[in-house]
Amino acid sequence: MRAKNYFVGAAFALLASGMAHSALAQDIKIGEINSYSLLPAFTEPYRKGWQLAVEEINAAGGINGKKLVVISKDDSGKPADAQTAANELVSSEGVAMLTGTFLSNIGLAVSDFANQKKVFFLAAEPLTDAITWSKGNKYTFRLRPSNYMQAAMLVEAASKLPAKRWATIAPNYEYGQSAVAVFKKLMSEKRPDIQWVDEQWPPQGKIDAGPVVQAVAAANPEAILNVTFGADLVKLVREGNTRGLFKGREVVSFLTGEPEYLDPLKEETPEGWIVTGYPWYSIKTPEHDAFLKAYQAKYNDYPRLGSIVGYQTIKSAAAILAKANSTDPEKLIAAAEGLSMPSPLGEITFRKIDHQSTLGAYVGKTALKDGKGVMVDSSYKKGADYLPSDAEVEKLRPKD
Amino acid sequence: MQHQPGPPMAFYVVQFLTGLASAASLFLVASGLSIIFGVTRIVNFAHGAFYMIGAYIAFTLTERLSGTFGFWGGIVIAALAVAVIGVIVEMVLLRRIYHAPELFQLLATFGLTLMVEDLVVLIWGPDDLVGRRAPGFKGAIDFFGQNIPSYDLFLIVLSPVVLGILWLLFQRTRWGVLVRAATQDRDMVAALGVNQKWLFTSVFAVGVFLAALGGALQIPRDAVHHAMDLRIIVEVFVVVVIGGLGSIIGAFVAAVLVSELNAFGILIFPKISIILVFLVMAAVLIVRPWGLFGRPEAPARKTPGLTVNPWRPLTSNERLAALATLVIAATLPLFAGNYALTVGSEIAISVIFAVSLHFLMSVGGLASFGHAAYFGLGAYGVAFLAKMAGLPMIVCLLLGPLLGCMGAAVFGFFAVQLSGVYFAMLTLAFAQIVWSIAFQWVSVTGGDNGILGVWPASWAASPSHFYWLSLGIAALVTIALRAMVFSPFGYALRATRDSVLRSEAVGINAKRIQWTAFVIAGTTAGIGGALFAYLKGSVFPDNLGISLSVDALVMVLLGGVETVSGAVIGAIVYKALNIWLVSQTDLSKLVLGGFIVLIVVVFPKGIVGMLEMLAQRRRKASPPGSPLLAKPIESAE
Repeated sequence: MRAKNYFVGAAFALLASGMAHSALAQDIKIGEINSYSLLPAFTEPYRKGWQLAVEEINAAGGINGKKLVVISKDDSGKPADAQTAANELVSSEGVAMLTGTFLSNIGLAVSDFANQKKVFFLAAEPLTDAITWSKGNKYTFRLRPSNYMQAAMLVEAASKLPAKRWATIAPNYEYGQSAVAVFKKLMSEKRPDIQWVDEQWPPQGKIDAGPVVQAVAAANPEAILNVTFGADLVKLVREGNTRGLFKGREVVSFLTGEPEYLDPLKEETPEGWIVTGYPWYSIKTPEHDAFLKAYQAKYNDYPRLGSIVGYQTIKSAAAILAKANSTDPEKLIAAAEGLSMPSPLGEITFRKIDHQSTLGAYVGKTALKDGKGVMVDSSYKKGADYLPSDAEVEKLRPKD
Repeated sequence: MQHQPGPPMAFYVVQFLTGLASAASLFLVASGLSIIFGVTRIVNFAHGAFYMIGAYIAFTLTERLSGTFGFWGGIVIAALAVAVIGVIVEMVLLRRIYHAPELFQLLATFGLTLMVEDLVVLIWGPDDLVGRRAPGFKGAIDFFGQNIPSYDLFLIVLSPVVLGILWLLFQRTRWGVLVRAATQDRDMVAALGVNQKWLFTSVFAVGVFLAALGGALQIPRDAVHHAMDLRIIVEVFVVVVIGGLGSIIGAFVAAVLVSELNAFGILIFPKISIILVFLVMAAVLIVRPWGLFGRPEAPARKTPGLTVNPWRPLTSNERLAALATLVIAATLPLFAGNYALTVGSEIAISVIFAVSLHFLMSVGGLASFGHAAYFGLGAYGVAFLAKMAGLPMIVCLLLGPLLGCMGAAVFGFFAVQLSGVYFAMLTLAFAQIVWSIAFQWVSVTGGDNGILGVWPASWAASPSHFYWLSLGIAALVTIALRAMVFSPFGYALRATRDSVLRSEAVGINAKRIQWTAFVIAGTTAGIGGALFAYLKGSVFPDNLGISLSVDALVMVLLGGVETVSGAVIGAIVYKALNIWLVSQTDLSKLVLGGFIVLIVVVFPKGIVGMLEMLAQRRRKASPPGSPLLAKPIESAE
């Protein structure tokens, strides 16, 4: 068996590559993991966002005088690979904290790893409520507004609609399931008169849109909740437009206002959908103007929501590291809990109670302008206003 | 709840037509795959990649060329261009490996698929692309108050037209006669003096053309993106198998069957889509082992897996060498860091997983496309025992793999009734059924969020201890399976592989022997899965998924399917390279795919198979002897 020779050789190679990478001892290193190869449409702008943040932080003197270095790894969209990457970053690169992740199951896998290995983890994008609540742990913080928060923002607008007969279309996996569940619960609380007349659960990434659209139309709802995104959304919108599904019906849709998902629709953009998103073209605040200018100057491209998430993830990480003035995980947790900081979308705070940031989202309506999809009548919803009461959160979250 | 009148009759008609339109898209791609497989016996994993390139090129062309002619011209030119790419691939790559062991071509096309997924992002960028609608087919037609998109009607008409053209091509031309003959018995066609090279190339070109046309025609209704290939490839394979390999009409009927069942199934069970095609395939294969329109395969003339070097146990020197390398591997914790040790554990687990499949494939001649099911069941077994019953780690490690064992016992019983690709596809169907249960049964399995917190007990928690544990179990498993190869059971299993008829004639109960082998392989995979759960601390449906099953196949093929323990090397090379590339480069798929393609060309018998052949040659070359006698016997029957 020549096997074992290769084995040792491979191990040596891995060891050597780990050593070659280590930066200077006085640098502060952050480990970053995301689904770069699986979801490039989101992660490319995301990467540009955090690279801009690193540049800005180091131009302003680093973290308490130390240079910030971000070491980034791809997780191939698989939880097991994400853990391998996390392990490499922690054991071999010696990073001060982990950040990133997009998919909920990967976020949870890394959060569990962080809890086991006692490493600080700032989840960037995963939306699942579990990561801060039912499966929350003291080492894990999360930046983006959760499923619950986005549902609550949409319900606020949706409950004012006269529609009583509702149907739902959502991808058949945890994100879709919990988005529908929370939306239904909050909606039925506000509007007990509502009936849920149909639900469709196409497999994520594999929607057979024609039959789904027909099936929803057959239930004759007055309003539709959509949770699909990406290529599924494109197919759904195209079939829906052709078959007249959206005519005379209200549609409430998660994430559709994000440039990542809205822009590909071009002239097929349906009008008047109530959506969460990021209308970068109509935000007129000094914080956002500064970000937009810097981003466009560096990349000659407009930001997507991923850019904001990537940018703010590293900015938040830097703020936490600066305040803790240490890389000890316990001190990082103490520094992060209750820490407030500016962001391109206004000030945010990492809550002590559940480690959720109060970053919000824009809610508005879709419209078609010069052959392109845009969000109009949009307003920023602060994350803090759409979270359940502290007493409820305490019930949801296991004690550390 | 107030009573709602049911949908009008017109709805059911329109839903039926919608199903037909979905079937049309599926059929175009499936027909090409079916033709290619029927003639060349290549399991063309890259068929989805050709479909995707067709869509991308058609997108570019239809955006550039204006007007009606520009659109349709763009579609056809795109399909032709991809067909040319297909011809190049066939001539440069596949022609070199037609004589490699069965399924080796799968490895080559898998490598290509990996490369294409990165290449399209490099060329066309990461964003989803939405092409324009077909001129003249933009709107919908009113049917008693229901809307039918006119493009759907176009597709519904197109697919029987394509079916008709293919039928004429096969029934009325000399080329078609040759293709049909080759589908039934390609050795005979070759014996009659037909130039197989060009027959294969032309068939490949037609098949790829159909795939690319199918992709190009999706432009008006889909988004073009870099994951289109994976979305369709498995489904298309399933359609081809349900219809019967090599049968175009079968592919058509199967596409309609699957699409209509989906269209009406979602009215009653909205979550059915995720598993429907696999349920249909499992049901069809159990009742009709060769698909709806397939015919039993002609008995193979060439013995699959017959080794050039007859297998033999290791000599005592080789045993010492193996032991020495094992000891060296065991000293890794003395000088390697925690990360290297964890990677070492992961590689050792891959070895367990790969040798378990290798046992089934090379000794039993049964290539499973769903081997991850038993790996994942072992992992879930551990997670259930640890999290729900709270049992200690050692008990979980012993009992967890039993779930893999039970799964293999149940599914293996049905699967071994079949052989060849039908066996492979039935195992895939079972694996997908298990996967969807793990995915959907949220209250028990946690759904896709998985089961967290399955961490090892303190005695095994340190990376070095866990590494020793994994390495030890990997070594034990490899030795045990090797011992089994050279046991009476192993000889009986090899007999069933080499000739079912002869083995039965000497009194071997072939099905029972194969079933036993399936259970052994499944249980061994379960052991790997159990360790994996503790290594990662969590279990996800991914652990049962198609991509893991494909990884196992790749590891076995890379090592060499005709060897006794090639999978060990295959697993180490593939896993180490994969982890290293993902960590070092953003284009890991491109590099890994390129590496696999290169290996396929340089080592057409796998890495170990090739090394053994070279060693054999050197041994043969040294003593003077007749070159005629030294020539290996290639065929037994």
